[in-house]
Amino acid sequence: MAQASLTTPAAPAPPHRAERGLSASTLIRTIVQRREATVVAVTLGVIIYFGIASSAFFTTANIITIAQYIAAIAVIGAGEVLILVLAEIDLSAGQVYLTSPWFMYLLWHAGMPLGWAIALTLVFCIIIGLINGVVTVWLNVPSLIVTLGMTYALFGLVLVESNAIQVNTPGATGRFGWAFGIGSWSTILWALGILTIGWVILKRTRFGLHITATGGNLLGAAEAGVPVRRIKVYCFMIISLASGFIGILDAIRIQSMNPGNTGLDIVLPGIVAAVVGGTALTGGRGTIVGTAIGAIFLGVLEDGFNLIGVSANWFYLAEGVVILIAMVANTQLTSLAARLRR
Amino acid sequence: MSAPNPTPERDVILKTVGITKRFGAVVALRGIDMELRRGEVLGLVGDNGAGKSTFVKILTGFHPPDAGKIYLEGKEVSFNSVSDARRHGIETVYQDLALVPQLTVTQNLFLNRELTSLGRMGWLSNRKMRRLAREYLQGIKVNVPDIDAEAESLSGGQRQAIAVARATRQNAKILLLDEPLAAMGARESALIVDLVKDLAQNQGMSMIVIDHNYAHLFELCDRVNIIQQGRVAYDRSVNDTSLEDLTELMVSEYRRQLLEGQTQLDK
Repeated sequence: MAQASLTTPAAPAPPHRAERGLSASTLIRTIVQRREATVVAVTLGVIIYFGIASSAFFTTANIITIAQYIAAIAVIGAGEVLILVLAEIDLSAGQVYLTSPWFMYLLWHAGMPLGWAIALTLVFCIIIGLINGVVTVWLNVPSLIVTLGMTYALFGLVLVESNAIQVNTPGATGRFGWAFGIGSWSTILWALGILTIGWVILKRTRFGLHITATGGNLLGAAEAGVPVRRIKVYCFMIISLASGFIGILDAIRIQSMNPGNTGLDIVLPGIVAAVVGGTALTGGRGTIVGTAIGAIFLGVLEDGFNLIGVSANWFYLAEGVVILIAMVANTQLTSLAARLRR
Repeated sequence: MSAPNPTPERDVILKTVGITKRFGAVVALRGIDMELRRGEVLGLVGDNGAGKSTFVKILTGFHPPDAGKIYLEGKEVSFNSVSDARRHGIETVYQDLALVPQLTVTQNLFLNRELTSLGRMGWLSNRKMRRLAREYLQGIKVNVPDIDAEAESLSGGQRQAIAVARATRQNAKILLLDEPLAAMGARESALIVDLVKDLAQNQGMSMIVIDHNYAHLFELCDRVNIIQQGRVAYDRSVNDTSLEDLTELMVSEYRRQLLEGQTQLDK
């Protein structure tokens, strides 16, 4: 009986990783092969550029500004990583981010202690995710449409309940306020914690593995007994919870809530961060680390354009072009890395 | 050519008696009697519409039969669902469908049967799984270049081998292989043929192979059942049948059907 050898007879076993010398070329190879490598390079590029172009860039105050700006993008983007890996999308995460402090405000206004109001609000966010998930999975409506519908519904709910009048956020005082948004580094530290949890879930747990399996081969995963529907619903609940939580922190930080803000303006940068960071829109592949760097990229871009005084009229044009260039560089370098891997 | 001698005392692992199935007015199966012995590779051939795929779907628990009995290791069983059949040790390996391209060889091998620690937290014991995966694949003589390679980077034959390995690792008693050599080059086919024969002879795995390609069946199987019009029309050991004989059996059946159709038209 011949051995069922699946390697070509002539090919020697590939050398073990540890045995390879650390020459410059293998170092470059290793870096390029990392999925996050390209976005790191592009982000370092814009940081260096703005650092040189503006003396205000590398100041503590400016870095705090960037950190506060990117916290929500990173958290929503990390949530989208789970959803995108499943080959779904959640457009409502931004509106959940805006709606949850309103819910908290209304409960507080009705006389509930703030801590309870926040806890109940987070439950409300989880229920929104549950609805998104159930309608997507069991009623077979594309998640793009489900979550877009949810976005409009929540936007309408806020307008109705607020009578379209801006209010001040409660909870912006004392030690509580400092921990929940007022402290300069508060939101970004919360965001880092949430991203770490997301990374652990995706990389180290059975649940995370099953997210990848569900997104990579829905039928195959279901055949193997992975509860694919439940996993999708759980992920919609997770992104809603995370978005709602960071929404409360930002509302406390900004200290006021404007019912006219629209969630799509919030969620789309999150999705861009995820995709620029190396997460595929087609499912099966996603990186939380890449998303964090993608968020830094967007934050630096927004901040840098402000610092060097790009006029408001040119701002979105410039931002759009830079994002497109970054994405093209990303896909080109990724295919280069794939070729090197063979 | 050795004489045909299907020794009756050899252990029958799966036996069906008089399996029938009808879909509305269409009678798909008219009473299928089949025996699969332990460590045997049985081929099922038949024209489209002969009932082959309906029969396989009954074995995998996808359809319930209208009548007839299934005996697994001598005990009568009935399957309510695909997972029910799987619990009884009947696993189906679909061409290319089984693996998740973005997961590694190890992750695919352990999919949904991962080893974890920390209880409900589901913390993956990656190191242990990789070691067991390596040992298991060596045991059944499947060599992949890298146990951490994503399934996507493997060849078709390697993917098929991993899919088969996964099914056997998960305590399957009977494997159903659906066109295991489809879309494969000569060298790749040889790998799968070797794996199937090794599993049957050295691990005692029993397999049912469904294929349209007679040459593939002759390479893989010990015995072939030809299904025609919802019955097992011929049961031949490959040792006392030639490829030509098999083709002749099929063609003569077409001829008979054609003539029958002709006489009916004449009436």
